[in-house]
Amino acid sequence: MTQQPSAISRVSGRGLPLRGSDIDTDRIMPARFLVAVSFEGLEQHLFEDDRKADPAHAFNDPRFDGARILVVNTNFGCGSSREHAPQGLVRAGYTAIVGESFSEIFQGNSAMIGMPCFVASHEDIERLQALIEQTPDVVITADVATGAITAGALRLTAALPAALRDGFLSGQWNPTAMLLNRFDEVRAVASRLPYVSGF
Amino acid sequence: MAATLFQKVWDTHAVRVLPSGQTQLFVGLHLVHEVTSPQAFDMLRQHGWTVAFPDRTFATADHIVPTKSQTRPFLDVMAEEMMGSLERNCRDAGIRLWAPDNDNQGIVHVIGPELGLTQPGMTIACGDSHTSTHGALGAIAFGIGTSQVRDVLASQCLALDPLKVRRIEVRGRLARGVFAKDVILTIIRRLGVHGGVGFAYEYGGDTLDAMTIDERMTICNMSIEGGARIGYVNPDDTTYEFLRGRPFAPKDGDAFEHAVAWWRQMASDPGASYDDRVAFDAATIEPTVTWGINPGQSVAISEPIDAEPDDEALAFMGFKPGSRVQGTRIDVAFIGSCTNGRLSDLEEAARLVKGHHVAPHVKALVVPGSRAVSRAAEARGLHEIFKAAGFEWRGAGCSMCLGMNPDKLEGRQVSASSSNRNFKGRQGSPTGRTLLMSPAMVAAAAIAGEVVDVREMLEGVPA
Repeated sequence: MTQQPSAISRVSGRGLPLRGSDIDTDRIMPARFLVAVSFEGLEQHLFEDDRKADPAHAFNDPRFDGARILVVNTNFGCGSSREHAPQGLVRAGYTAIVGESFSEIFQGNSAMIGMPCFVASHEDIERLQALIEQTPDVVITADVATGAITAGALRLTAALPAALRDGFLSGQWNPTAMLLNRFDEVRAVASRLPYVSGF
Repeated sequence: MAATLFQKVWDTHAVRVLPSGQTQLFVGLHLVHEVTSPQAFDMLRQHGWTVAFPDRTFATADHIVPTKSQTRPFLDVMAEEMMGSLERNCRDAGIRLWAPDNDNQGIVHVIGPELGLTQPGMTIACGDSHTSTHGALGAIAFGIGTSQVRDVLASQCLALDPLKVRRIEVRGRLARGVFAKDVILTIIRRLGVHGGVGFAYEYGGDTLDAMTIDERMTICNMSIEGGARIGYVNPDDTTYEFLRGRPFAPKDGDAFEHAVAWWRQMASDPGASYDDRVAFDAATIEPTVTWGINPGQSVAISEPIDAEPDDEALAFMGFKPGSRVQGTRIDVAFIGSCTNGRLSDLEEAARLVKGHHVAPHVKALVVPGSRAVSRAAEARGLHEIFKAAGFEWRGAGCSMCLGMNPDKLEGRQVSASSSNRNFKGRQGSPTGRTLLMSPAMVAAAAIAGEVVDVREMLEGVPA
């Protein structure tokens, strides 16, 4: 999938509350589905083992079909650096995640493919999860610039790391072009590093 | 001004501050494997970009490689396609690849240091979270996702935010039967699986000073299990002597002396300030085992499990609050992985199993981390010791650390494993259960057929 960077200032949609802390990327996307040369079709395998083990898993709940915003607890996406995990979520239609905290690699990988991971307080996440469980049709809207999140009557403030936030707003969340922009400076740094020239 | 190694490496590799406020950081060494790279090469082709510094990128195959027979084509059609894709991509881009038929093949985090590619003061990136391993040699090394692999291929750079640095000091002597694995499991247990987010971990203190590079690698390897993307140990004489003479290290003589001078200069200064400091007393660390579904859920072997009765991990693992891991019957014993698949790990395990036999109900595997580890172990006769004791002696690869190759748990099997993750389903069976421990503890468990305190078994083994 080629991402043509474009500004992301606001995300909106119905939510899916996924309760639990330290949900690792092996659970989001079990390793056997990484035996492939493309990311295509990964959305079919999101939480596959957890869903089989637990019929009441939120990803099995038809009330949340069509959700666009995932609401999670602490340390979501810990473990393996596999981009296959956020790729699966994006391909399933998720446009943002709101959680208490994220693994750094997961949050970075998500940003690289245009999916902001907003961080909010434990109390606010609990309220948001409870609200979605009670009224699955409630529309959640998150503003990238201010971190303001609304869902029905609920108002909360979440945060994005400043650089990621600015990247979404400017449309430069996919940085390759920027990194290639002044390549002479890259060569200059390389030439100053003694190990590059073999000491 | 006094600075940490992290700050010095960051500053020497910073190209510029990007409009986003992130730093464009030059990547000194890029390591590539078959799982997280094919899509990156595809993205590169779609944009018409080429690989900027093919001579600073090296590739191998490890995750999907079958350990019973590495004959091509692999039986798994998809695995063969991944291998073919890696071969084509590396050939087209002019990247050096050590495929399974090459003497240098192995787990990417084992071969980097082994070949002398990994050096102090470098930035190292790889599409694999255990890239933190390379920090054991004083490199700033971290895992990245596939889109970032694309960025490094295209530009040899990444857009990153700096991290804070936490100094983790371990002081004192480890008791017999207590290993680097127990130290890092204890650190993660205390600081939490999320405690390292936003930090690079600098490990030091006289316990670390006394450790070999292999032991330091075990510790740095699992930094990510504590949430820290980077873990490192300042380079010292142990580091320089480890590197001397390795194929990709600076040539002995002037080049090596120049390198050592630069490496010394890159180490953290004595007066450097840290964002946080934590200390551990080595003497209080015991052989440690996990009981749960993340690497922070562990206990000393003598301790009961401390968890709430409704804990999801307890239910999954089949433990009760207050019960002990010691005495747990195991089905599988796995010695290997980027955490503990090096020669010294195999030697330690072999010392224990010599003259014993694996319990009849246990399937036991020894998987060297690289073909070089395999050759060195065979030259010492370790393979004969393991085979005589009833272990299977396999070819190099990631094997049962994760379910991407034929080595997998079945059903609810319990595995005593020297690997790094006890996540649900990690070892290839969605209901399989993993108990992480040191290779010596795995060897002891294989023989006893259940989790035991390796210190008791060591009483009969000459020091």
